[in-house]
Amino acid sequence: MNGKTSITSNYTDILRLNAQGLSCIKQDRILFEDFSIQVHAGELIHLVGPNGAGKTSLLRILVGLSEPETGGVIVTDAARSETASFSGTETPSENKIDYPLLYLGHKLGLNQYLSSVENLAYWANMHGIATDQHELYALLARFNLVGLEDVPSGQLSAGQQRRVSLARTQLLHTHVWILDEPFTSLDVSGVAFIQDLVDDFVAQGGAVLMTSHQALQSRLPVKTVTLEYRL
Amino acid sequence: MKSVNPLTSIIKRDLVLAYRQKAELLQPLLFFVMVITLFPLGIGPGPETLQKVGPGVIWVAAILSALLGMDKLFRDDFNDGSLEQLQLAHVSLSWAMFAKVFVHWCGSFLPLLLISPLLALFLNLTPAMYWALIQTLALGTPLLSLIGAIAVALTVGLQRGGVLLSLLLIPVFIPLLIFATSAVDSAAMGLNYAPQLAIIGAMLCFAVAITPFAISYAIRVSHH
Repeated sequence: MNGKTSITSNYTDILRLNAQGLSCIKQDRILFEDFSIQVHAGELIHLVGPNGAGKTSLLRILVGLSEPETGGVIVTDAARSETASFSGTETPSENKIDYPLLYLGHKLGLNQYLSSVENLAYWANMHGIATDQHELYALLARFNLVGLEDVPSGQLSAGQQRRVSLARTQLLHTHVWILDEPFTSLDVSGVAFIQDLVDDFVAQGGAVLMTSHQALQSRLPVKTVTLEYRL
Repeated sequence: MKSVNPLTSIIKRDLVLAYRQKAELLQPLLFFVMVITLFPLGIGPGPETLQKVGPGVIWVAAILSALLGMDKLFRDDFNDGSLEQLQLAHVSLSWAMFAKVFVHWCGSFLPLLLISPLLALFLNLTPAMYWALIQTLALGTPLLSLIGAIAVALTVGLQRGGVLLSLLLIPVFIPLLIFATSAVDSAAMGLNYAPQLAIIGAMLCFAVAITPFAISYAIRVSHH
């Protein structure tokens, strides 16, 4: 435990994601204003807040799916950004996301007519990753989906679909995972398994920003960021 | 590591999906065939009458059947989140959209082109007219797909985009309809119809160059 923590602390000076001065307005309601968040390597951030506080909106802004009203997000591969532009002190005024990050949202991104293997292979190809069948079968076996590899995803249970979606975490080589309610519809052992994956990734220097309405049972220190519900 | 081309896997995936949802693929085609089969029964089998209305009927049926199938172009991908993931992926969204539209054209218009000789027979078109018709269809239907995809991308986030889609698209398709039927009319009179074809071809070139950007922008706006 202590060993892992000390490994973690070695990374914490590397900034993976820097968002400054973000505001988001939905249906004439300000969800958050001048919100800043920095995610460092080896950090597990738990984003909490009541329903409608804007957690999903924030995550979508951070990955670049939505534009913030003000502010900006910088996500860069630290190895490539030795220039001063990514010191973390300057305020980004527009989005600059030039390193792939993993975002798994409420929508799972699985086509119901394609099997789990086909869905994963397609997704990996979209990220420029070549996969082979054996690798994907082994991966799905780790996620407790033996025998369901060739079943159309639409016929899997909600929890099984969630597992297929989360199997992507093991396909893409990246430094940042952004997970929106990854534990939804997972059983107890599934939650523990995913939490283990998250912990391993963070221990190896990954950065994770996730939302969950449950308390995280992590073996690593968890930083909690709270979004208030604003009227 | 083996390198992969994301565009070929998009094309492969969409073709597989089209094959697995054959009923959805067949619906617009059946609509097209039925309209053209019913027309001679409705207006009487006079060869001259049929020849006169034939090109217009085929083109109107093609446009309406396009609208029928168009709606589904991005809907599933939008609803299940695949489009969202595609935006985050390591691939140019414009190229990805172009690939998707290409597969959509192959699935919904290529069969229509293949079946058109039979329909030309139903409507008593002369070989010269048929030759002109198939050329206008070959140039014009990709244009329907490309322009239609912009409107589909814009309305995909709406709950009932279907009606809006037709209202948006029908006026845009009118010039195409006019030039296409005028080309076939010219062919019927033995005139040169190259100018009409050239105009449709120019519209197609312009659409190929511009629409992928418009479609990907519309997709981003829909996700906003």
